[in-house]
Amino acid sequence: MKVRRGEMYAFLGPNGAGKTTAVRVLSTLTGFDEGSVVIDGHDIVKEPREAKAAIGVIQQHISLDKDLTVWENMMSHALYQQIPKAERRKRIDQLSEYIGLGEYYNYKVDNLSGGWKKRVAIVCALVHRPKLLFLDEPTVGLDIQARRGLWDLLRKLNDDGMTIFLTTHYIEEAESLCNRVSFIEKGRIIAEGPPGELARRIGAATVEYFGPDHKTQYRHFQTRAEADEFSKTLDETHTVTVRRTNLEDAFVEMTGNKIGDNGFMLGQSGKNGMGVKKKGGM
Amino acid sequence: MRHNVLNILISSLMLPILYLLAFGYGLRAGDVEIEGHMIPYLDFVIPGIIALTSLSSSFSSTSTRMNVQRLYYRSFDEMMMCPLSNSAIIIGKTALGMFRSLLSCSLMFIIGYVLEPSYMNLTPLLVVSVVLACFTFSLLGETAALMVKSHQAMSTFSSLVITPMTFLCGTFFSVAALPGAVQGLLYALPLTEASVCIRAATLDVYPFPYWALAVLALFALAFYLINLYLIKNRKI
Repeated sequence: MKVRRGEMYAFLGPNGAGKTTAVRVLSTLTGFDEGSVVIDGHDIVKEPREAKAAIGVIQQHISLDKDLTVWENMMSHALYQQIPKAERRKRIDQLSEYIGLGEYYNYKVDNLSGGWKKRVAIVCALVHRPKLLFLDEPTVGLDIQARRGLWDLLRKLNDDGMTIFLTTHYIEEAESLCNRVSFIEKGRIIAEGPPGELARRIGAATVEYFGPDHKTQYRHFQTRAEADEFSKTLDETHTVTVRRTNLEDAFVEMTGNKIGDNGFMLGQSGKNGMGVKKKGGM
Repeated sequence: MRHNVLNILISSLMLPILYLLAFGYGLRAGDVEIEGHMIPYLDFVIPGIIALTSLSSSFSSTSTRMNVQRLYYRSFDEMMMCPLSNSAIIIGKTALGMFRSLLSCSLMFIIGYVLEPSYMNLTPLLVVSVVLACFTFSLLGETAALMVKSHQAMSTFSSLVITPMTFLCGTFFSVAALPGAVQGLLYALPLTEASVCIRAATLDVYPFPYWALAVLALFALAFYLINLYLIKNRKI
């Protein structure tokens, strides 16, 4: 697997697919038995310090020191990243101003909401100006406003040249943000490509229909004309929608997972044995 | 900051002071013979309590904080992802526990000096012994924090390893009074060497056991290498 410089790349998969494990391996937190990981030309086993200097990581679970204030957390990171003393305050102030954190410097991290904690984590991850940013499920637990704010920030960072690797189980997030997406399941990449291209692999138009059996069904066609033709064969007991095939259709088709209307990703087999995997939390 | 220091001092000195009251004054044991010298029990027990303070304060300062950072806050992960050498992480975490413990040991020495000035000698060998003891036990706290998988496991480690050491390793009685096999077993625990060194340096009436200082340094090296292995191979 290769992520190109300046790219925004996503691992898309249900819970338990191996997304977090992959990020932990790539960010040097978890060891591995086989293979190699090279970041910015540095093998993470042979040259771990050089590789680590090139990455910033925002983990799914906020990993800040909750006994410390916002400022102390950010300063600790600047120290760990060995940023020169004269630079530390300037960089933290710049990033905080952009994210709107300045007025919270003296707050204990534990007293902040999830969205603000995430912002502190972002400043910490960016303080050393990494070339590659890992984000593991970055928008889980964020409200819609905070989520969109984070998307804008990621687009800006990417426009400025930062390579971004994120994991998500929000289809919309991957489709809207990323140049390329991988579908991952049970630790394996089962498909990879630009979101539009992945969708086109299964068709150009999709007929979505809901009938008396109370089940929504999908049929994918190579042309819109074929989809229209099929839709005419369905009687008036069906509610029918003909639309462009999207990444969600490709994901369902290729992985066998299903996306429920209630916001949950329904897997083939869940880690919890119930076959129900959360698609996204608010 | 001032609040933190006060908290640390109160929590780390409470137990040693209780031991001092219970064993030093409550028991009122007779003189103890060491290397042909008869030493009043209170003068015998105060250096033992300083050694005990070096263990309890260093161990708890390092292990509790690291355990919380690793398993609960997960902020230890952040440090692991920064371009710091593994040695820098180990020494940095150890130094924090060591300095906190040195503060507690210094206060314990002052309390001892106020109570019993005749045998309390602030010698260079005492400083070396206490610093090495605090360093060693801080490294041990780090080993425990890196190895355990839960907060409960840390509590079990303390109950099975730290508490028995506290009472058995020459802190409240002379190890020389025990049968040879038991002595051998106790010398395999680093607090025995720390007690022997700190007592000899504080009383300053018989030759200092340099061998014990060397063994204590070997314990420190062993704990350091274990920590290095655990972090380097991500066995945490």
